[in-house]
Amino acid sequence: MPTLNHYLLLSAVLFAIGTAGVFVRRNLITILLSIEIMLNAVNLTFVAFGRAMGSADGQIIVFFVMTVAAAEAAVGLAIVIALFRHRESLNPDMFTQLKW
Amino acid sequence: MLLLIPLLPFVGFLLNASFGRRIGKAAAGAVACGAMAASFAVSLAAVWRLLALDPESRVITDRVFSWITSGDFSVAFALRLDPLASVMILIVSGIGLLIHVYSTAYMHEESDSEFARYFSYLNLFAAFMLVLVLGSNFLVLFVGWEGVGLCSYLLIGFWYQKKSATDAGKKAFIVNRIGDVGFVLGVLLIFVRFRTLDFLEIAQSVAPLGPETVFGTISVITLLLFIGATGKSAQIPLFVWLPDAMEGPTPVSALIHAATMVTAGVYMIGRNALLFSHAPETLTIVAIIGTATALMAGTIALVQNDIKRVLAYSTVSQLGYMFLAMGVGAFGAGIFHLYTHAFFKALLFLGSGAVIHALGGEQDLRRMGGLKSELPITYWTFLVGSLAIAGVPGLAGFFSKDEILFRTFAGGHTLLFFVGLLTSLLTAVYMFRLVFLAFYGPSRAAHAAPSHAAPSHAAPAHPAPAHPAPEHPAPAHPAPEHPAPEHPARHQAPRHQAPGTHLHDAPPAMAIALIVLAIGSVVAGYVSLGGRFERFLEPSFAVTASVRGAALQPGEEVAVDRGLETTLMGVSSLVAFGGIGLAVYFFLKRREAADRMARQFAGVHRVLEHKYYVDEIYDLAVVQPIQIVSREGLWKTVDVRFIDGAVNGVAEAVRGSSEVLRRLQTGSVRAYAASLFLGVVTVLGYYLWR
Repeated sequence: MPTLNHYLLLSAVLFAIGTAGVFVRRNLITILLSIEIMLNAVNLTFVAFGRAMGSADGQIIVFFVMTVAAAEAAVGLAIVIALFRHRESLNPDMFTQLKW
Repeated sequence: MLLLIPLLPFVGFLLNASFGRRIGKAAAGAVACGAMAASFAVSLAAVWRLLALDPESRVITDRVFSWITSGDFSVAFALRLDPLASVMILIVSGIGLLIHVYSTAYMHEESDSEFARYFSYLNLFAAFMLVLVLGSNFLVLFVGWEGVGLCSYLLIGFWYQKKSATDAGKKAFIVNRIGDVGFVLGVLLIFVRFRTLDFLEIAQSVAPLGPETVFGTISVITLLLFIGATGKSAQIPLFVWLPDAMEGPTPVSALIHAATMVTAGVYMIGRNALLFSHAPETLTIVAIIGTATALMAGTIALVQNDIKRVLAYSTVSQLGYMFLAMGVGAFGAGIFHLYTHAFFKALLFLGSGAVIHALGGEQDLRRMGGLKSELPITYWTFLVGSLAIAGVPGLAGFFSKDEILFRTFAGGHTLLFFVGLLTSLLTAVYMFRLVFLAFYGPSRAAHAAPSHAAPSHAAPAHPAPAHPAPEHPAPAHPAPEHPAPEHPARHQAPRHQAPGTHLHDAPPAMAIALIVLAIGSVVAGYVSLGGRFERFLEPSFAVTASVRGAALQPGEEVAVDRGLETTLMGVSSLVAFGGIGLAVYFFLKRREAADRMARQFAGVHRVLEHKYYVDEIYDLAVVQPIQIVSREGLWKTVDVRFIDGAVNGVAEAVRGSSEVLRRLQTGSVRAYAASLFLGVVTVLGYYLWR
C-alpha cells in the first residue's frame, strides 16, 4: 500500500525531471513539455495531500492548475510558432536580443 | 485718527502706483500732493489735540490691531503721539508736502509713467517715515525703518538707466543693511532683557535702575542700536552711502537725505533717551562719533565740486552735530537741531535743485557762477538757507547749533566743544564757498555760448545727452582752483534739455516751496526762546530728567548758565561771521588765494578731495576681500567642488554601478529561469532549514 511519502517522492522525482528538462534541452517545444511535467508533478502532490488529509481542496486546485496549464500551452505554442516564423529556429539561445 | 496720518500717503502711493500713468501728470501730482496735504492737516489736528492735554500726560495712543501674539510675546500695531513724535510728524508731513509741490515742477520733464512712479515712491516714503516716527514699539518702528530704506533705494536709483544711480541705490541699501544687523540685534537683546518692545514699558522698567557704571547689557543694547543709527543717519563708519545717494533726483535728496530719513537715527536715540542715558559709556561713544563725523564731513565739504555733494557732506556734518547733542545728553537740543536743520537743508537742496534745473542738469560748481542776477528767487532763498546753516544770529540754525554747543560746554566736554566750534566755522566757510562759486563771479558756464541763439526750438528736439558741453574747456575763466576736472563731471541723468535752453528762474511750484522754506529757516528757531521747545519735548525724555536728578535743577542753575550761554552765543556768532569772512576772502575777493592754499597744502587737498579715501579703504578692506572669498572660496571651492561635486558624484556612482549591474541582463531566457529557480530554492531552503 503506497503511503503519502511514496507519492511525494514520485512527485519530487517528476519535478526534478521537468526542471532538468527546462534547463538542459535546447528545444522550445521540449521545454514546454518539461514545464507540463513540472506542473503535473505539483498536481500529484496536491491530490496526494488532499487524499491524506481527507479534504477536497487539493483536488479542486488541481482543476484550476489544469485549466491554467491548458491556457499556458495554447499561448506558449502560439509564441513558439511566431518565433519559428521569425528565426527558423526553436533554440532559446538564439533569442537573446532583449538585453542591455 | 493717528492711523490716518501714514495711511493717507499710503493711499496716494496705491493710487499713483495703480493708475498714475493713465491719469496724466497733473492728476498724479495732485493725488500725491493732496495725500500729503491731507496727512499734514490730520497731523496738525492731532497735535492740536495733544496740546490741549495736560503737559505731563501728553500721550495719545492708537492701538490699531494686535499684531503678533506668541506665548508671552505680544506686540500690537500701535501708534503713539507724544511731543517728540508730534515734532517729527509735522516735519515729515509739512516739509514733505513742500517737497512734493516742488517736485511737480522739477520732475515735469519726465514721461507720464515715470512721473507717476516718482510720486508713488515719494508718497510711500512719507508713509513709512510717518510709521517710523509714530510707532509705539520697536517692531512698528522697524517697519518704518526698513520701509524708508527700501524707498531710498527706489528713489536713489530712480534713473535706473544710469549705472551710477543704480549702484548708488544698491550701496545705500547694503550699507543700511549692515547697520540694521546691529539694530535688530539690539532689539532682540531688549526683548531678552525687558520682555517687551514697547517704548513706554521699556522706559518704565529701566527708570528705577541706576546708570550702568560698568559696560553691561544696557550698554550693549544701546551700542547695537547706535550701530543701526549710524547706518541710517550716515555717521562714521557707515556714512559712505549718503554722498553717493545724490544720484537721485534733487527733491529726493531734500526729502530723504536732509529732512527726514537720515534723521531716523537721531529720532530713535531721542525716543529711547532714557535707555541711552543709562549707558553713559555708549553716550560718550555717540558724542565722539558725532563730533568726528561732523568734523570729517565738514572738511570734505570744503573741497567738493559737485553742488549736491557739498550739501550731502554738510548733511552728514549736521547729523554729527545732532549725535553730539544726543551724546552729551542734550536730547532736546538734538531734536531741536533736527527740526531747524530740516528747514534749511531742505531749502538748500531744493535751491540747488533749482540751479541744476535752470542749468539743464549741470551740477559742477566749477561750471557755475554769476547766477545771482539770473535766478533771483533761488539766490535769495539759498542765501537765507546758507545764513541759517552757518549759524548767523537770528536765523534758525543759530538757535539750535548754539544750544548744542552750549550744552556740550556746560556738560564739561571741552574738547568736543572746540571741535564743534571748528566744525561750525567750516560750515560757514563751505556754505559760502558754495554760494560764491554758484551765484557770484563771472558766468563760467558754457550756457552762455550756444544758448540764446536758439531758445525757441530748444527742448524736445534734442535727443542728445544735452549738457553744457562737458569737454568744454570752460574758456574764459577756468575755475583755477582745480585746473582740470579729473572726473568728467557727473551729470544729472537723462534729462532732455538742450544746452541752449534759456536760463529761467524757479517755476511757481518750486518758488513757493523755496519761499516757504526760507521763511521757515528764518523763524523756526524762535519757538525755542526761553527754552519753550525743550520744555515741550521734555515729557518724551521726562523720566530722563528725573534719573539725572540732581544734575537738573531748573531754577537757579539756568540763571547761572545764562551768562555763560550769552558768552558762548557771542563766540559762535563770531565764528559764523568769521567763517563767512574767510569765504568772502578766499572765494569772492581773491580766488587765487584759495588756489595758492590748495597748492601749498596739495597733500591735504588731495586727501580731502578723495574724501579721506574712505571709499577706497572700504573697497580694499571689505569689498575686495568679500569678492575674493566669494569667487575663490565660495564659488570655486564650495560651490564647484563640494556642492556640484556631491551632486555629480551621486550621478557618477549610479552610472558606474549600473555599468556593472546591467551585465546581468543577458537576454537569455534560460538564464533568467535558472536565476528564478535558484532564488526560489534559496528562499525555500532558508525557511525550511533556518
